[in-house]
Amino acid sequence: MSFLEDYAYYFGAFGLIFIGLLIMLVKHNLIKVIIGLSILDTGVNLFLISVGYISNGTAPIFCRDDMDPSRMVDPVPQALVLTAIVIGVAVLAMALAIAVRLYQRYGTLDLRKIKELRW
Amino acid sequence: MRVFLSLLALAVIALGIAMTLTDIPFGKPKADIATHYVENGREDTGAVNIITSVVLGYRGFDTLGEVAVLFVAAMGLGAVLATGTRTPKANGWEPASLVLYTGCRFLFPLIVLFGAYIFIHGHLTPGGGFQGGAIIASAFLLTYLGCRGRRVHEAWSSAVESLGGLTFVVLGLAGLTAAGHYFLSAFLPAGTLGQLFSGGIIPLIYIAIGLKVGSELAGVIDRLVEESQ
Amino acid sequence: MIVLVSLLVLLMLCSALAALIFKDLLNAVIASCVVSLLASILFYFLHAPDVAMAEASIGAALVTAIFIIAIRRTRRHEE
Repeated sequence: MSFLEDYAYYFGAFGLIFIGLLIMLVKHNLIKVIIGLSILDTGVNLFLISVGYISNGTAPIFCRDDMDPSRMVDPVPQALVLTAIVIGVAVLAMALAIAVRLYQRYGTLDLRKIKELRW
Repeated sequence: MRVFLSLLALAVIALGIAMTLTDIPFGKPKADIATHYVENGREDTGAVNIITSVVLGYRGFDTLGEVAVLFVAAMGLGAVLATGTRTPKANGWEPASLVLYTGCRFLFPLIVLFGAYIFIHGHLTPGGGFQGGAIIASAFLLTYLGCRGRRVHEAWSSAVESLGGLTFVVLGLAGLTAAGHYFLSAFLPAGTLGQLFSGGIIPLIYIAIGLKVGSELAGVIDRLVEESQ
Repeated sequence: MIVLVSLLVLLMLCSALAALIFKDLLNAVIASCVVSLLASILFYFLHAPDVAMAEASIGAALVTAIFIIAIRRTRRHEE
């Protein structure tokens, strides 16, 4: 049980990163690759937040005056992830716009058929 | 072959991450900077929400860069999707169905009000400009569902967006005149902790960010929806 | 509490796997939306309410909408 308590969040974050990378490497469809990118993004965010967690902590918001600052979780990763999520949606929208243009140009989203993107 | 190579690369990455993760203990305090921010954040910036005081107080310049990245991404999206021969926008729109249209008309002001609440109270409660802006953008998303062919008014949207960005920069430059003489220094009185009118420039910047993010994300959706109808 | 968290993590990984497996892109997008929603619940359990709100409103709502619009402009099935 203590193993679960120590590693449940890390396992989730690591699993998301792994599955996202797997989708990005194995799949041929461009939109599927972008879905993998978004899952990878979520995994990295979850990992950063779980690094900043403190057992039996509280959220870093002083809703009452008598809250103990030493028990508050780390606010720095939370601020970083907050901006990372917004940047993530901008990157995804940009990638999808490029995918839409590629579809209009080549008539397909298959990376094997778009000559310049094959690897 | 490709799948095999990918799995091999992933196995190497997985091994590396797993070995790193065993060295990072879960649930223990790790950084001294966190203690400093949590203990002094209220006095330094006047925001009760320490995350807000990190985002806009200690790392305000970084947030300005982040807003700029969002702007560049929205602009790039417009440039990528521009076809050159722009068809004039159809002015007419029609309700999708009675239930959807009525629900959309009822919910739209409520969602915008909720988003505004989120970013005005960003220094007191969880939330802030980014979340509130996203909620407002989702209200505009609802109008695309409820009213076929209805568009965001482009001039208004870009005016609000420019106003938000400009407010951020002007408030930052005004900080140069204050005691600290650095960009984004707090030049307004901090007020009483925990009140709505407190925190100096932080609520103003969050309102600017909320308007900017909301109109920008609504514009992104607008440009993606364009032509597909 | 830890049982609930483990269940949520398991469910989240299952929906991520579903996003990998589904051939219909619309289903895959909905699965990735479920991943974001469950991740936002986990953020709340990790005492990060700000991030939970951002993830729920951006990751689960806006990203899904953008994906669906893009899929409507391209094709729905992965060949």
